[in-house]
Amino acid sequence: MASPEDLTGGPASLYEARKGVYPKKVDGRFRRFKWLVMAVTLAIYYVTPWLRWDRGAYAPDQAVLVDLAHRRFYMFQIEIWPHEFYYVAGLLIMAGIGLFLVTSAVGRAWCGYACPQTVWTDLFQHVDRLIDGDRNAQIRLANGPWTAEKIAKRGLKYAVYLAIAFWTGGAWILYFADAPTLTQDFWTGQAAPVAYGTVAALTATTFVLGGFMREQVCIYMCPWPRIQTAMMDEKSLLVTYKEWRGEPRGSVKKAQAHPGAFGDCIDCNQCVAVCPTGIDIREGPQIGCITCALCIDACDGVMAQVGRPRGLIDYCTLDDAATEKAGGAARPVRQTLLRPRTIVYFSIWCAIGAAMLFSLGQRTRLDLAVQHDRSPLYVQLSDGHIRNSYTLKLRNMETRPRRVEVAMTGLSDAKLWSEDGARENAGQRIQMTLPADSVTRARLFVAAPGAGPARQDFTLMAWGLDGDPRGDSETIQFDRPETGQ
Amino acid sequence: MAEQQRIDEATGTRTVGHEWDGIEELDTPMPRWWLWTFYLTIAWAAVYVVLYPAWPMVNSATRGVIGWSSRGQLEQELAADATRRAPVVNAIAASPIAELPARPELMQAAVQGGGAAFRVHCVQCHGSGGAGVQTLYPSLTDDDWLWGGDLDRIDYTITHGIRNPEHPATRTSLMPAFGRDAILDARQIADVVSHVRVISGQEKPSASSARGATLFEANCAVCHGANGEGGRQVGAPKLTDAIWLYGGDRASIAATVANPRNGVMPRWGERLDPVTIKMLAAYVYSLGGGERAPATVAAAQGQGADGQP
Repeated sequence: MASPEDLTGGPASLYEARKGVYPKKVDGRFRRFKWLVMAVTLAIYYVTPWLRWDRGAYAPDQAVLVDLAHRRFYMFQIEIWPHEFYYVAGLLIMAGIGLFLVTSAVGRAWCGYACPQTVWTDLFQHVDRLIDGDRNAQIRLANGPWTAEKIAKRGLKYAVYLAIAFWTGGAWILYFADAPTLTQDFWTGQAAPVAYGTVAALTATTFVLGGFMREQVCIYMCPWPRIQTAMMDEKSLLVTYKEWRGEPRGSVKKAQAHPGAFGDCIDCNQCVAVCPTGIDIREGPQIGCITCALCIDACDGVMAQVGRPRGLIDYCTLDDAATEKAGGAARPVRQTLLRPRTIVYFSIWCAIGAAMLFSLGQRTRLDLAVQHDRSPLYVQLSDGHIRNSYTLKLRNMETRPRRVEVAMTGLSDAKLWSEDGARENAGQRIQMTLPADSVTRARLFVAAPGAGPARQDFTLMAWGLDGDPRGDSETIQFDRPETGQ
Repeated sequence: MAEQQRIDEATGTRTVGHEWDGIEELDTPMPRWWLWTFYLTIAWAAVYVVLYPAWPMVNSATRGVIGWSSRGQLEQELAADATRRAPVVNAIAASPIAELPARPELMQAAVQGGGAAFRVHCVQCHGSGGAGVQTLYPSLTDDDWLWGGDLDRIDYTITHGIRNPEHPATRTSLMPAFGRDAILDARQIADVVSHVRVISGQEKPSASSARGATLFEANCAVCHGANGEGGRQVGAPKLTDAIWLYGGDRASIAATVANPRNGVMPRWGERLDPVTIKMLAAYVYSLGGGERAPATVAAAQGQGADGQP
């Protein structure tokens, strides 16, 4: 911390070197919860691409697959086409509102537990402790000379970092292609250059961000802390040092010597020692605090040892802090979580989710789109009829080939034929076979007598002939020359 | 300003000394790694300047030691694309044009490629959708063809052009200028027009059309057919249908008879390769007016007197 005296001296440094952070091992309820979140999130990330899901002969059997080459997104029984991207937009909106909900209720819980930067940093810090030892050993090693032991330990540690980073980058590409095939291709040099490039880039970012940048990412690079700070209010849970209980600080011996003169904080510095971002929570809420709650675990442990009640550092809202300071009792956590703001967020979140599920259940998997050729709008035929041309797109979004019928209504004396057919034997309907999971494009010709209105609407319909009669229709225009020309 | 610098109590950080309505700016030091990242980008810029075209000179920029250029990259990509398309193009080149419709994957590729070529070479006259321009260039989308609308004949027309005087194989014919050359007088032309309007169903028979029928038989039927059904060997249009390139009203027909246009099209065989022309034919064929069974028609009629199919 700078002091006013600094101003009288030379200019303060323009740049700040990173202060080493060597978080101490700790155990407690929040640490165990973090273990659980870490296990679940890492398992989801590494295992998901290997899950299989049978979709028949015409679609891949990978449960979660972002098939960029074929513009398909598979998630278990759901298949999303590019034009249905609003489902992804809906998911993103749900993620956004979910962040509002979580932040307004429990503050920066995302930062503290689930953010990939936090999870991987946590993982790398466990590697540090495994290879270099706990906090003190790490500090000693970092400050010590480059002995053979240090070189060996650093080499081993960076190798483990690199292995984790590589595994992380490698898992990422498996979401974009058939995982077993891609893995084999990758190791035999057959995979696409973009696969190697992606793995290299993600290995590098994981290695650097998880192994070295760590809390610097949260403090200097990430916009979320700023945004989340704006989303919190006085009723959001914060990791709080209860200075009204802790101050003035004094050791157990001093407190015994002068009963009543000291607070509960024995100034053991354990909360600072375990902090993965290297801050002192006793300075109050700050941008560097990711609310991982490890200081709560550390302090609870110390309080238990010295026989004082737990919760000197604890989750606490600003409102409760004021109440407790004034001698009142904090509200129960349930009341903190269930309040109009969180309930409204939760309702919106649920409504979007329910709407998406409903529309997923309702969507038809046969889709018709027609475009009227504009150049030319109509063609004069030799027998006096007028012909219009249309580009028909039929999307068969099911993973089986389908037989469909396309028919027109609204132009009773018109004839409809496709580019494969002929006008001579045309009627008002045609049948087509659509390949599985694909868009079929066809040119349609419609001819009608030349006498008639310049513009006439008619409807094209498509439906399945193979059991599922649900289909789609579109009303389009038939054009003739303006009369009087 | 410097005298207003102070230490912010909450953060312990020095302020920069600026103050706007009570809002001050903290002089938070940049992290050291940020500085190194900045130096790294400068180093990379130096490397980039050496590797890639960078410094503007009088005539061009420095070339860079690896010799990359956006033009060169485009050439590479075009070459790669040509390689990618080669199998399909070769297959189209190898198969007779009349057999294309029986091979949908080739036909589709030919129509796509032909469409691209059409947009470069043909739209200037025939329009972006092949609809032609009334009174100037024929529509390629309708079911009426001057020189035939099957794939073989379209291909021939595109290759050899229409009325290229110095090219023996070109499609050619000449409608006499009945008015300009005083073959018929104005009244006779009006009578012929009456007859043509009758056989195309636009007028009721009259004394004028009866006189015109005789004149038609003597002057027009040799090319346009006894009943005005047209003659594709000489590109004589059918006169009984609803399609009139130069207009079907009395004044337009009279003008055509008096002073015919005898439209011209360049022969593309000397400018485009045979595969492109084949693809162009397929595209024109696909516009809606393509005629079928070219093989049977050709077999029945044989080759034309001038060797044209």
